[in-house]
Amino acid sequence: MQDINALMQGFVHVLAWQNVGLMLIGILLGIVVGVLPGLGGPNGVAILLPLTFSMNPTSAIIMLSCIYWGALFGGAITSVLFNIPGEAWSVATTFDGYPLAQQGKAGQALTCAFTGSCIGALFGVIVITFLAPLVAKFALRFGPPEFFAVYFLTFCSFIGMGKEPKAKIIISMCIGFLLAAVGMDTVSGQLRMTFGFTQLLRGFDFLVAVIGLFGVSEILLTMEEGLAFKGKKASIDLKVVFRTWAMLPRYWVTLLRSSVIGCWLGITPGGAVAASFMGYGMAKRLSRNPDAFGTGVVEGVLAPETAAHAAGTSALLPMLALGIPGSATAAVLLGGLMIWGLQPGPMLFIEQKHFVWSLIASMYLGNIAGLLVVLSTVPLFAAILRIPFSIIAPAIMVVCAIGAYTVHNAEFDIWLMVVFGVVGYIFKKLNYPLAPLVLALVLGDRAEDAFRQTMVGSKGALSVFWSNGLVGTIMTLAVVTLLSPLIVSAVGALRQRSTALRAAPEAR
Amino acid sequence: MNPSETGGDEQPGSRALLTVRTAEIAVAIALGVGALIVSWSNYQLGAGWNAYGPDAGYFPFRLSIIVFLASCVVLYHGLRSNDRTPFLEAGQARLVAVILGPLIVYVFAIGYLGIYVASAIFIAAFMRFLGKFAWWKSVGLAACLMIAFFYIFEIQFMVPLPKGPLENWLGY
Repeated sequence: MQDINALMQGFVHVLAWQNVGLMLIGILLGIVVGVLPGLGGPNGVAILLPLTFSMNPTSAIIMLSCIYWGALFGGAITSVLFNIPGEAWSVATTFDGYPLAQQGKAGQALTCAFTGSCIGALFGVIVITFLAPLVAKFALRFGPPEFFAVYFLTFCSFIGMGKEPKAKIIISMCIGFLLAAVGMDTVSGQLRMTFGFTQLLRGFDFLVAVIGLFGVSEILLTMEEGLAFKGKKASIDLKVVFRTWAMLPRYWVTLLRSSVIGCWLGITPGGAVAASFMGYGMAKRLSRNPDAFGTGVVEGVLAPETAAHAAGTSALLPMLALGIPGSATAAVLLGGLMIWGLQPGPMLFIEQKHFVWSLIASMYLGNIAGLLVVLSTVPLFAAILRIPFSIIAPAIMVVCAIGAYTVHNAEFDIWLMVVFGVVGYIFKKLNYPLAPLVLALVLGDRAEDAFRQTMVGSKGALSVFWSNGLVGTIMTLAVVTLLSPLIVSAVGALRQRSTALRAAPEAR
Repeated sequence: MNPSETGGDEQPGSRALLTVRTAEIAVAIALGVGALIVSWSNYQLGAGWNAYGPDAGYFPFRLSIIVFLASCVVLYHGLRSNDRTPFLEAGQARLVAVILGPLIVYVFAIGYLGIYVASAIFIAAFMRFLGKFAWWKSVGLAACLMIAFFYIFEIQFMVPLPKGPLENWLGY
């Protein structure tokens, strides 16, 4: 009940006019970011983060989280109208969204996508509202060993559940940790891995890495494909919207299923991308006529969008309650919290009640406002994609460069951004995942500190990680998650030794 | 995660410069060598235990060893695979170079001209040579964009960006 009161106060605070203004700006910017290739949720937020350094944290997080919602909405526009996923999580939306647009039902497809998104997001926020305070309260009992165990679980589940080759996930994650360790060591004051470069004393900032890895590399990839946008006309009138809304209750099973899948994958760091594919896959498998999928069925749009948005929203739950982000964008937002001087983790719910509940209130309002804004402005944003790429590409590069510079007012960071861009380009083409790298870069210092504090407390005995029921359970769970693919493939290999040997490298 | 991977279809008249297999192997070797250098650097720093717990190099040393082992696995799979799909085709390489080359020149120019002038030239040149826009359109649009940026960053948000001779001459 106390929480509900706090939430109501949050609503009052969010409805102050300047916060509503920031919310709308955030949503509009977010849709732009979601529509444009090369700018996505993580790097859109990263570029704008420096502009919020001087704002009050509550207004800043409202604006930045609204950019995130906007980006989630915006990705659907390009998928449906242009058959180009603006974001990785809207790839599954193209399967049925574009065929619908080809049949002249673009308005219906877009309404479905946006409404599904909004329902998924609201489901995610409700889960956050009721679950996050409980998780945070529980996590107050955590000491350094427990925190390290939770970090360990996060990273293990990334490795265990990732679709990419395991070795590549491990490499990408460890590179993130190593980059986080570069520079001055906070405990001993020694310099690590600077190789005599004075610019490296500061270490690598994750914002610069995100801008390079997600922004510059995406432009290079888009460029490579020799971009030619051929879009369908978008016209949404109120009649189409209401007609589509009227038939939505028929699909409540799909909506509910996708919301649950999305929340689950968002909280455990599977992410919005995995959620959208899983939502689509489940909807197809459980449908009465699965063959119709791919030819333009409404469910094929609803399922992935609902799941992606539910995952994107609930990824903020572990970020708020534990200080562990569930997605790359959540990782950037978490970095923002630290920059604004807030200490992420369970204490946030006690020390910064006002901030947390304003954020949660803004999630409700932001998503509903987002739905209305996006429905009314689709033609405008579809027009953005008709701007020639020879204007958009250099402009995005300039925005990226400015974003990288403003993080520390260092020109060296622009060079770093270019390097990260090339690395990201190569990694993406070779199927190395980038999200674990960013996550490890953000969490690296905290994970290492937790480990060292634990070790100082236990005088170097690793058995401390199994010293009580709580930490032991988390650690064991982590190890099981880590080894689960091995166990599964070992069983498979025993069963059919000869075929498994050949298929294993690809199948994994 | 990877929408671009579908671009593997062979297009007529475009020859592969690099196969995926070669790229895999090269990247794995580069990562492995990098990991060895990093682990050596951390070993020098002290990767063991002292009276207060783990040394500064303890964590990074172990991580770099893991990277080394994992890159060996990738290398092994790369050597055994027979993936001849092109990693980079000649046409693609040209397009990527078209943006990567100017980008490097642009970042270099920021140091001398300031970010506004360099960006304006970058955008205008791109529009002129790649987009085949008329000179006046390219320069005009680039200048307008940069004036808008100047207003947003320097005046609205008070974020100082690198400036060069032009801004000095104008008195900023």
